[in-house]
Amino acid sequence: MSSKSQKSVSKKDLYRDMLLIRRFEEKAGQLYGMGHIGGFCHLYIGQEAVVTGMNAVMIEGDQVITGYRDHGHMLVAGMDPNGVMAELTGRVDGYSRGKGGSMHMFSVEKHFYGGHGIVGAQVPLGTGLAFANKYRENNNVSLAYFGDGAANQGQVYESFNMAKLWNLPVVYVIENNRYGMGTSIERASSTTDLSQRGLSFDIPGIQVDGMDVDAVMEAGRKALDHARSGKGPFILEMITYRYRGHSMSDPAKYRSRDEVNEMRQDHDPITTLKEKILDDGDIDEDGLKQIDAEIRKIVNEAAEFAQTAPEPDPSELYTDILLEETA
Amino acid sequence: MPIEVLMPALSPTMEKGNLAKWHVTEGDEVNSGDVIAEIETDKATMEVESVEEGTIGKILIEEGSMDVAVNTPIAIILSEGEDAATAISDTNTNTTNQDAAETPTTEIIAATEEPAPLTNQVEITVREALRDAMAEEMRLDDRVFVMGEEVAEYQGAYKVTQGLLDEFGKKRVIDTPITEYGFAGIACGAGMAGLKPIVEFMTFNFAMQAIDHIINSAAKTLYMSGGQMRCPVVFRGANGVASRVAAQHSQDYSSWYAQVPGLKVIAPYSASDAKGLLKAAIKDPNPVVFLENEILYGKSFPVPETDDHIIPIGKANVRQQGTDVTIVSYSRGVEYVENADVELKEMGISAEIIDLRTLRPLDMDTVLTSLRKTNRIVVVEEGWPTCSIGSEICSSVTNLAFDELDAPPLKVSGADVPMPYAANLEALALPTTNQIVEAVKKVTYRT
Repeated sequence: MSSKSQKSVSKKDLYRDMLLIRRFEEKAGQLYGMGHIGGFCHLYIGQEAVVTGMNAVMIEGDQVITGYRDHGHMLVAGMDPNGVMAELTGRVDGYSRGKGGSMHMFSVEKHFYGGHGIVGAQVPLGTGLAFANKYRENNNVSLAYFGDGAANQGQVYESFNMAKLWNLPVVYVIENNRYGMGTSIERASSTTDLSQRGLSFDIPGIQVDGMDVDAVMEAGRKALDHARSGKGPFILEMITYRYRGHSMSDPAKYRSRDEVNEMRQDHDPITTLKEKILDDGDIDEDGLKQIDAEIRKIVNEAAEFAQTAPEPDPSELYTDILLEETA
Repeated sequence: MPIEVLMPALSPTMEKGNLAKWHVTEGDEVNSGDVIAEIETDKATMEVESVEEGTIGKILIEEGSMDVAVNTPIAIILSEGEDAATAISDTNTNTTNQDAAETPTTEIIAATEEPAPLTNQVEITVREALRDAMAEEMRLDDRVFVMGEEVAEYQGAYKVTQGLLDEFGKKRVIDTPITEYGFAGIACGAGMAGLKPIVEFMTFNFAMQAIDHIINSAAKTLYMSGGQMRCPVVFRGANGVASRVAAQHSQDYSSWYAQVPGLKVIAPYSASDAKGLLKAAIKDPNPVVFLENEILYGKSFPVPETDDHIIPIGKANVRQQGTDVTIVSYSRGVEYVENADVELKEMGISAEIIDLRTLRPLDMDTVLTSLRKTNRIVVVEEGWPTCSIGSEICSSVTNLAFDELDAPPLKVSGADVPMPYAANLEALALPTTNQIVEAVKKVTYRT
């Protein structure tokens, strides 16, 4: 079907990707606490299996777009942890030259289209990426990630309608982490099976254990094949959980400590994968420790880089507002 | 009593139309609901149904007649026992009773400083100019496509996209559902992916549904991405005050968009500028808000007969040289100014008339150059007065050229009210010739 090959991803790669996100986010949280990162900072800890699994089954050129909880999406897309962390600290070597911050980063090269701060806006934008794929007949699929909170936005349904009307190659990945900021899905949604939100548009959808990277990959393949084969959009509802608050400034009083602990202890995606790897015997404890050490090094370097890179020159205030040349 | 069939107004802005075809001949019986004729407007061909029962006594306007004014009697329907001769003598005593307030004057005042014509000029409407601009750019660049409500099969709600579907096909001329927020977002995504979408909003009133994507997704992305991600979408459609459609369909959004860094904002008056600037907008790598005016769509102007007619964005045009006062306007405001200029000329006042054409970036150089000559300035706009384009220009000239001013800068704006429906109130809500003349008298200290 496609000349573009799917990546060959081992369990070790998956483990690395998830651990990189986990350690990166822990470091970001630490830097936030130290005052090096400002504003809003939404951590992805707990949800790592979702982007890791989906990334593993994408092909070259497939695009990703998401909301503001975007660090994990960028890291698995292959964006440089230094550049991401330096953007968090508002430095000129950040992906947006320090002008975007945590919620607004992009990489044309890595097909990562943001990083969007308006809840739900990435859904029509991602549908537009799919529109461009179909227009160009390039056989690529766009993945539009959004949360259970965004799933109630009107523009999501405007997008569903057009995506199916025109059979656009888009996979909608709903990361249902149970809370839209501090409001539980039960208190915000008249129906809570979000995988069925495409029914009235004739868009198929399934619920997936978003804490299990294997389950994510299996569902991801199905959804991507569906979209790539010209059948139009597909919805994946990833049942997942964020361990931290909505943002760094959220004390998360709306849920119990027990609830969080139960998820961490019994459903942690990294622990689950680690046990599978050890059971398979491909890598032993020492091998995993070696990966841990590599990741810590990468993250520490990123933190160091992000604190030493210079702030943008004051002249940057007035650059990148308009492009001068004609295209 | 014989009944006159009058040339119907088939849209709020129609002033005249062509009598394309008669479906009846004299002596035919007609019933209420029968199609009796076809009328061509500049937007569409419409069938006219009889609302009366009787016999066609006389056809007054022959098939094929062009530019028949609205409310002109086109036929006589006779009731039983009446004859045609009586009917005609009756109609001669009638005159059309079109409401003057509804009819903007269509007198065209020749531009004095349009670009010197290097090629032949042809008279075309603003509507045709916009269509030609899109068609020419679509021929040049296959990344360019048009999407919006009724742009394809219906040929455009205001017929601006007429013929594009036939030439470019449904892949590039795309009818959308009535979901502005969604399709504006899809266009922005397609733009980020490297395509060059043209989004037609049926009117900019409906773009309020989509303004989040125009501002947050289109205008800010280049900056937020440190220069990596562009979003070259042209958002175009009718803006400003239409005719008798009331508050929710009559608003000038110029100052809303002109306030936003990351956007270019264009509001042309003439067909030549509409064409040249729309071509420039489509070529531009930035998001552009292109504000058209429904009333101007049917107005004709000379346009250079070339497919390479491009007007640079950000340059105002001095439409008329003058010495006593600078009058600045844009879009349909230019028409108000040129109407008022007739009176100013009679009073011996020589006005320099500037059409801004682009609202962001504002060409203050051209305004200031003129001000240094005339030392007086009046800005005319349809929009509301608070935080308006006029407010911006008055502020700028006060800051940048205070010593050049012989009188406080004045603005003549639309009334600070939601647009009313009643014809008389609507006329009062728009800048009037009298207001413009009075403002000019004030800055020139005439009584």
